[in-house]
Amino acid sequence: MTAVTKTSVPAARGPMVEAWGIFRRSPSAMLGLALLAVVILMTFAGPFLYGVDPFEIVWAPLTPPGQEAAIPLGTDNLGRDILAGLIEGGSATLAVGFAAALITMLIGVMVGAYAGFYGGVVDDVLMRFTEFFQVLPPLLFAMVVVTLFQPTLVNVALAIGIVSWPQTARLTRSEFRRIRTLEYVSAMRAIGAGDSNIIWRVILPNALPPLIVSATLTIGMAILFEAGLSFLGLSDPNVMSWGLMIGSGREYLLDAWWVVTLPGAMIFLTVLGVSLVGDGLNDAFNPRLRER
Amino acid sequence: MYQRITKQLLYAVSLILAVLVLNFLLIQLAPGDPAEVIAGEMGGANAEVMAAIRAQYGLDKPLLTQLGLYLGHALQGDLGTSYFYNRPVVELILSRLGPTLLLVATALGFALIVGTRLGMLASRNPRGIASALVTVLSLIGYSAPVFWTGLMLVILFGATIPLFPIAGMIDVVKQGGPLVRALDIAHHLVLPALTLGLVYLAQYSRLTRASMLEVLGADYIRTARAKGVSERQVFNRHAFRNALLPVVTVAGMQFGAIISGAVLVETVFSWPGLGTLAFQSILARDYPTVLGILFFSTLIVIIANLLTDFVSRLLDPRLAGGR
Repeated sequence: MTAVTKTSVPAARGPMVEAWGIFRRSPSAMLGLALLAVVILMTFAGPFLYGVDPFEIVWAPLTPPGQEAAIPLGTDNLGRDILAGLIEGGSATLAVGFAAALITMLIGVMVGAYAGFYGGVVDDVLMRFTEFFQVLPPLLFAMVVVTLFQPTLVNVALAIGIVSWPQTARLTRSEFRRIRTLEYVSAMRAIGAGDSNIIWRVILPNALPPLIVSATLTIGMAILFEAGLSFLGLSDPNVMSWGLMIGSGREYLLDAWWVVTLPGAMIFLTVLGVSLVGDGLNDAFNPRLRER
Repeated sequence: MYQRITKQLLYAVSLILAVLVLNFLLIQLAPGDPAEVIAGEMGGANAEVMAAIRAQYGLDKPLLTQLGLYLGHALQGDLGTSYFYNRPVVELILSRLGPTLLLVATALGFALIVGTRLGMLASRNPRGIASALVTVLSLIGYSAPVFWTGLMLVILFGATIPLFPIAGMIDVVKQGGPLVRALDIAHHLVLPALTLGLVYLAQYSRLTRASMLEVLGADYIRTARAKGVSERQVFNRHAFRNALLPVVTVAGMQFGAIISGAVLVETVFSWPGLGTLAFQSILARDYPTVLGILFFSTLIVIIANLLTDFVSRLLDPRLAGGR
């Protein structure tokens, strides 16, 4: 990292480099990045280092952490290895979280971009549509969708995406409304650039900073959604996830705190990491707001 | 003014109709026979019931006729029958609505009162202890899954310090008059409301702090100070009233999310509201009840939005004049 600071010549700095400079100096943002790095490392490298099947019964049920050297974090109510569950459970949660955030951004940016750029009737229709999705209680709607259709990971991600996009759409719309009146957009229009060219190549790149921040926070929200759905037992039952571990262990809560506490702590630390990074990005993109 | 209210009510009605159409589409799009979806897979779906449902909803007729029939039934207050509970869905839902509204209102009230106070306290000194507390609290409130926070409180108050009951709404063994009953419900309400409220307390305190800091920099605050208004008055009246506006707006917009949170919290604490009903009927594949709950909770959100709009206008008369 020290090498980077030495090579950064002021004249060559782009806005992203500058943002990274601010981001790097924020202890909380770096803590968030570190948390995320640990979670991702654990999820991807964990299975190779600790190759225990999370569904396999390995020891006596409800063995507390630290009692057996072979099972460092104890077992759940069926005698399954908690540590193996924590390692395996991350991949489903992270995959659904990222996929849902991607779907959210795709729908939200698309709707918001057209509404904000064209205004008028297009804006009215699209915004009415958005407002309709905003009155649906998100988790409840996702619960219904997942139940009526099959609770596969793809459907879970789709359901979360469908309930989360309105906020992104509103943000994109307001950014597009602001930017479309700026001079460089008029200049592009004057030299004969088409609408889609202006929307995707001119306005969108300039609207990116707040959208990146929003995408980060969306990932955190989607992870919480996935956890909630699988806690209720409405996610894919054949895939281990942190929420599922909490859901199946909650009846033994008072006898075995670790069964519920540990996977919950993983969710908490992951979302904390995501939101610290989001806050850090926000500050990095809006240096003037940092004083608040 | 009246024109505006009429317009808003019409808009609300159109949203309600849209939710019903959505429910209808969900029934149609779900894999399998719509009659089965309406009857619920685990209900007493014998041939007779199925035939009755087909006739009632005109399932052999064109799609638009079906939609018309569905809307007709719904607008007459008939959202179908739960074959799992053997009761009309509307009746079933109305019997569970009270506990959910009580939980949501208590949690929201707690979050608004404590959150705004905390945010104000923090805004007095942007680098002080209260500010740090608000930052930490809002991070925890945002990042911790609400059902997990609830379960952690269960461990704390169920095993370590048994101060509050951890499940249900009423102690059936307890005898006594209405006052005893009310106190008993309040006692049971503490943990669920605290769990749900903490999430929003975190958000509102952070929001209040940010908007107070912004408002305190405004010209009219300087004027107030210059003409000798006490610092206390400047804070509590001049600044707070304006700083409250974004909090009210956000609180109104989040109503759907709060109901979603209530579903999880109710499940954790076996609170006998719409959330536990939703959970149970989803497990039982009792689709009419599930869709009925979706409809009713959307209705609550729509009403809450109308109320928020009204409160914002009270807080800021400028909004009433324009647009």
